[in-house]
Amino acid sequence: MKLSRLSAPVLLLFPAFLVLAAVVVVPLALSFYSSFTPFRLTKPESLYVFIGLRNYMTVVSSSDFWVAFGRTVLFLTIALNAEMLLGLGLALLVSKAVRGQRLLRTMMMFPMMFSPVLVGFQFKFLFNDNIGLINNGLQALGLTDQAIPWLINGNLALFSITVAEVWSSTSVFAILILAGLLAMPRDPIEAAHVDGCTPLQTFRYIIWPYLMPFAFIAMTIRSLDVARAYDIVKIMTDGGPAKRTELLWTLVGRTAYGDARMGLANAMAYFAIVLSILFTVYFFRKLAAARQQIGAEW
Amino acid sequence: MAPVSLKKLVKRYGALEVVHGIDLEVKDREFIALVGPSGCGKSTTLRMIAGLEDVSGGTIEIGDNVVNDLPPRARNISMVFQSYALYPHMTVGENMGFSLKIAGRPPEEIKEKVADAAAILDLSHLLERRPSQLSGGQRQRVAMGRAIVRRPDVFLFDEPLSNLDAKLRTQVRTEIKKLHARMQATMIYVTHDQVEAMTLSDRIVIMRDGHIEQIGTPEDVFKRPLTKFVAGFIGSPPMNMDDVTVDGGKLVFATGATLPIPPKFRQRLTTGQKVTFGLRPDDFYPTGHGLNSGDAEAVAELQLPVSITEPLGNETLVFVGFNGRDWVSRMLNPRPLPSGQTIKMSFDLLQAHLFDLTTGKSLVA
Ligand SMILES: Nc1ncnc2c1ncn2[C@@H]1O[C@H](COP(=O)(O)OP(=O)(O)O)[C@@H](O)[C@H]1O
Ligand SMILES: [Mg+2]
Repeated sequence: MKLSRLSAPVLLLFPAFLVLAAVVVVPLALSFYSSFTPFRLTKPESLYVFIGLRNYMTVVSSSDFWVAFGRTVLFLTIALNAEMLLGLGLALLVSKAVRGQRLLRTMMMFPMMFSPVLVGFQFKFLFNDNIGLINNGLQALGLTDQAIPWLINGNLALFSITVAEVWSSTSVFAILILAGLLAMPRDPIEAAHVDGCTPLQTFRYIIWPYLMPFAFIAMTIRSLDVARAYDIVKIMTDGGPAKRTELLWTLVGRTAYGDARMGLANAMAYFAIVLSILFTVYFFRKLAAARQQIGAEW
Repeated sequence: MAPVSLKKLVKRYGALEVVHGIDLEVKDREFIALVGPSGCGKSTTLRMIAGLEDVSGGTIEIGDNVVNDLPPRARNISMVFQSYALYPHMTVGENMGFSLKIAGRPPEEIKEKVADAAAILDLSHLLERRPSQLSGGQRQRVAMGRAIVRRPDVFLFDEPLSNLDAKLRTQVRTEIKKLHARMQATMIYVTHDQVEAMTLSDRIVIMRDGHIEQIGTPEDVFKRPLTKFVAGFIGSPPMNMDDVTVDGGKLVFATGATLPIPPKFRQRLTTGQKVTFGLRPDDFYPTGHGLNSGDAEAVAELQLPVSITEPLGNETLVFVGFNGRDWVSRMLNPRPLPSGQTIKMSFDLLQAHLFDLTTGKSLVA
């Protein structure tokens, strides 16, 4: 009797709401709640102890956390910039191809087709100091006679991870920027030539402003991605050596499953999410501004 | 000082040749219109002059220099594109000043020149806007402003008015004409609209399928078309044309109607010869309602049925049945003519044109 009084739309949407609540809202609420408890996987009853903001205090005062946080920001910045430059270069090259452009476009997407876990394993092998392809190559070329400890030295390890991340995701930038290039009207470029621009000036003043929104779309997508970078790092170094490649999410993972401190890990995770949201909002703002700049009608 | 000279200019896209070796001498400060149907190679020719397309053969000279291998920026030209091609991310002022900025001129000078051009084109109040905030007519003026700010030797226009509505088109046409007088520069203007070409230019170049059909003043190409194509292309409404056979002193139409041979052609025609007869609507009129050429002997008169009329106020276009279809006539001092009525029509044969049936060339050439 009572059900029939609900309006038809509400009734029809009800199952969807139910499913969404079960898979999104409840876990989210639960994890948020648990970040206010000393919840440990090994002590289920600890879930019912409310400790207020104590987990957050611990996180804020933990140097391990802040180092990982800073490293994540650095990693994000380097990876995104490298990806954008490489992606731009790749897109420009492919857009110049007269023949076989479709094939090149498809090939460009290959790295996106691999699971990050596979990419991690692949690069772990490439960078292996004894049997790795890179050291082998360098030695064969006579550039070095030592086994460079790519994944063992802390700085080199972070570099190696960045390379893997950049390799797997440059195509996101390349594809979006290429889409921009292909959609770009020819006329303003020709007008710029007539107005006296050299090819470089044409790029700087006409083409790049037009491509900027596309680059920012890629940035927005990728900032969500990289801020949850986990798999490649987990496989290649697992945060080592001596935590020198620990990023936010590997730290969260370790705290949650290694140390079983779920409540604390959840508190960290919310920090990471905020970071991710900040990056996204930042790039989204830039995107909106750039779109307005070119008077885009989309 | 920049005459433009095209010598045996050829353009090929792969195996497809679209401009077949054209010759054209544009004098310094001349206004030349390239006109012809869509696809005849006007834009391609203009873009070769601009340096936006490679030249496949022949030479282009601007001033005394062969510019074939110079990039556009080294040719001292301005171009107004059909789509206007404004820079969407720059304001109107920045659009107009861009070429000067690239040339490294000081900001004060840029500001001054942009302000000057904006005043000429009535854009002063729009300088801070972006192209997306402008109407079509305003964008068009910004495109012109961008072209005039740098005072080039040669202006190139590629159908600059074709995206405007009819009223605005007439208005901007006048502005372009004034601009030419003010700028003292060579202008090459591409259009498919013969009215634009006629009203604007010192000389008209009529192109067809990558060839030049005729070069001449507006009066030349209107009064003395060298080919049937030119005769049909220039003039509105177009010239009435039909094939005839010469028989003694008469021209015999397919349906058997006859007209006397126009006096100036009498010596040139032999019985049995087939030619195309052409008469402009201005020279074919209800008797008493036309511009008489003065030679009454050269006017033939026939009784013909009115099919429809199009009153235009000061004149009326009268369509009359002749030789199995409607011929257009221009009636001055019009009076109402009911459809179906038979009226006396005058053919002013002094103004008639005859063209060779196979080559399409004018017989008075
Ligand atoms: N990039 C191109 N590739 C091949 N053919 C072209 C190209 N650009 C123009 N054409 C051909 O050249 C001819 C002339 O074109 P165009 O100069 O644009 O004509 P219009 O007189 O209408 O301006 C047309 O038949 C067109 O199809
Ligand atoms: Mg064209």
